[in-house]
Amino acid sequence: MEKKEFHIIAETGIHARPATMLVQTASKFSSDINIDFNGKSVNLKSIMGVMSLGVGQGSDVTISADGDDAADAVAAIAETMTKEGLAE
Amino acid sequence: MVKTIKGIAASDGIATAEAYLLVQPDLSFDKKSISDADAEISRLQDAISTSDDELTKIRDTAKESLGEEEAQVFDAHKMILADPEFTGAVEQQIKDQSVNAEQALSDVSNNFISIFEGMTDNAYMQERAADVRDVTKRVMAHLLGVALPNPALIDHEVIVVAHDLTPSDTAQLNKKYVKGFVTDIGGRTAHSAIMARSLELPAVVGTDSITTDATEGQTIILDGLNGAAILDPSDEDIKHYQKLAKDFADQKAEWEKLKNEATVTADGKHFDIAANIGTPDDLQGVIDNGAEGIGLYRTEFLYMQSEELPSEDDQFEAYKKVVEGMNGKPVVVRTMDIGGDKHLSYLPLPEEMNPFLGYRAIRISLDRQEIFRTQLRALLRASAFGKLRIMFPMIGTLQEFRDAKKVFEEEKVKLVEKGVKVSDEIQLGMMMEVPAAAILADQFAKEVDFFSIGTNDLIQYTMAADRGNEHVSYLYQPYNPSILRLVKHVIESAHKEGKWAGMCGEAAGDNIMVPLLLGMGLDEYSMSATSVLRVRSLMKKLSTADLKELAERAVNESITNEDNKKLVESYINK
Repeated sequence: MEKKEFHIIAETGIHARPATMLVQTASKFSSDINIDFNGKSVNLKSIMGVMSLGVGQGSDVTISADGDDAADAVAAIAETMTKEGLAE
Repeated sequence: MVKTIKGIAASDGIATAEAYLLVQPDLSFDKKSISDADAEISRLQDAISTSDDELTKIRDTAKESLGEEEAQVFDAHKMILADPEFTGAVEQQIKDQSVNAEQALSDVSNNFISIFEGMTDNAYMQERAADVRDVTKRVMAHLLGVALPNPALIDHEVIVVAHDLTPSDTAQLNKKYVKGFVTDIGGRTAHSAIMARSLELPAVVGTDSITTDATEGQTIILDGLNGAAILDPSDEDIKHYQKLAKDFADQKAEWEKLKNEATVTADGKHFDIAANIGTPDDLQGVIDNGAEGIGLYRTEFLYMQSEELPSEDDQFEAYKKVVEGMNGKPVVVRTMDIGGDKHLSYLPLPEEMNPFLGYRAIRISLDRQEIFRTQLRALLRASAFGKLRIMFPMIGTLQEFRDAKKVFEEEKVKLVEKGVKVSDEIQLGMMMEVPAAAILADQFAKEVDFFSIGTNDLIQYTMAADRGNEHVSYLYQPYNPSILRLVKHVIESAHKEGKWAGMCGEAAGDNIMVPLLLGMGLDEYSMSATSVLRVRSLMKKLSTADLKELAERAVNESITNEDNKKLVESYINK
């Protein structure tokens, strides 16, 4: 199991385009990938799940991946986070 | 069998094409208990995969014909279809509850919709509820085996037949193939009508029954000049309308010659004909039709097309594009006119008994000043790029105008202190649409730089008749002497103080009204871009010396709306 924490700096939090990009990235991997926020955990391959979390600016989220390509998945997600300006 | 359906002529022109019914099918179903869950799940998966194929096709077509931005919504729909939390939940529901796929889909979908709609502080998520609804509709249609209209896939010339057309419907229409619109409801000022005029497509609205009268694929002649749709026309009808269409095209070509000319009457007096716009996209139409300025930029569309309050920078870009695009010609921007019949999902307004008499336009702006100040800053910044004028809507008292002006001055000083370049020649005016202000125009004229008369609202408030209520539509009387007296008083009051007066309602381009307004000395006429050349051609034939007397008679001797209509018609026919 791979885990990484992110501090969300985007003004609008995780919604709209950035959420879509995260889900698209996660969907490329076979590992089970979850995003944890505020005591709730949802499938990062689910756009409705991610959006229904309502992650705002200044929140801390944890991404965890479990499977053969877990390490690659977390690295790719970290890259998307930076590219989309979600986290540093 | 030929059938003629009457409606309201909403946009000039004549077109003949096949009917395309943009009508929602019946998606009702019964709840059933099932015993073979696997079979039901496989039925669901088939419907999902058909829906997904369809969406791929729609997205590709939309990307090509409408552009990347309009196509994105279909990508969002595909993601919902591929969402394990969504489709997985439906499958789970089928297994756990032993219900049919329709019922399971409906339950899961409603659950997500209520979660998203419950996020009242987040307009974006509330909008996503609409996406879930759309996707559910598509899968449901395939489960039930009924056809859904897919306007993005239209690939031959059609006339769109609909109950009403929303902005999102029209965004999905391929303008290359859509030759006109005809709808059950709406008036000349409905969204679909305004849209049709800006696309220069013929449109007929308010037919009451076209969606039940017309059938898919039936030939329709759409007469946007007289407000009629002819179903299954005879060869004779087709010939007749071909001639009308040709006459209309010839006349347009004749008007076209006036494109680069100034607007001058037969006796050599110059007037300004300007155009009304809703978005920077309308700019091309304004330039193509040779308008001498923009007399009304309705900024509320910026707010209505956005999912949250538009930022100062977004607004600045839009205003700058318009002001710069007009290349030194004046642009009158009206500050946000929300309320009445215009709502924003992210700015909930209280339920009101009489929204048109309630919390709207400048009344909101002065109360929610952070929104107003953002808009004024964006406008001030844009003023450095051309000739900007600002007007406030729904001003009823001098105090309101003074308050609005004070906010404007404060923001200006702050920007100047920060070293931002702003114009020192921004005229500040007001809409003349509240009778209380029109009556007191002589006092207002001392403090404003200009008036712009908004006829639709001025008529509705003066006649005490809701402009959207068909039962009192007979009271929409632009030539009623009571209205004309107010208009005349407003124009004279402006002139007495050396100010100018314009009109930016429907009436400014009306063939009966224009001679009367010329007679009263109105300075600026702002209308749909597509009317500019027609009115310029009309003014060329008129002489202000005669019209002065005509206007005097209309104001002082006539008693009814009809009197004045006849008065002007008999003058023109002479």
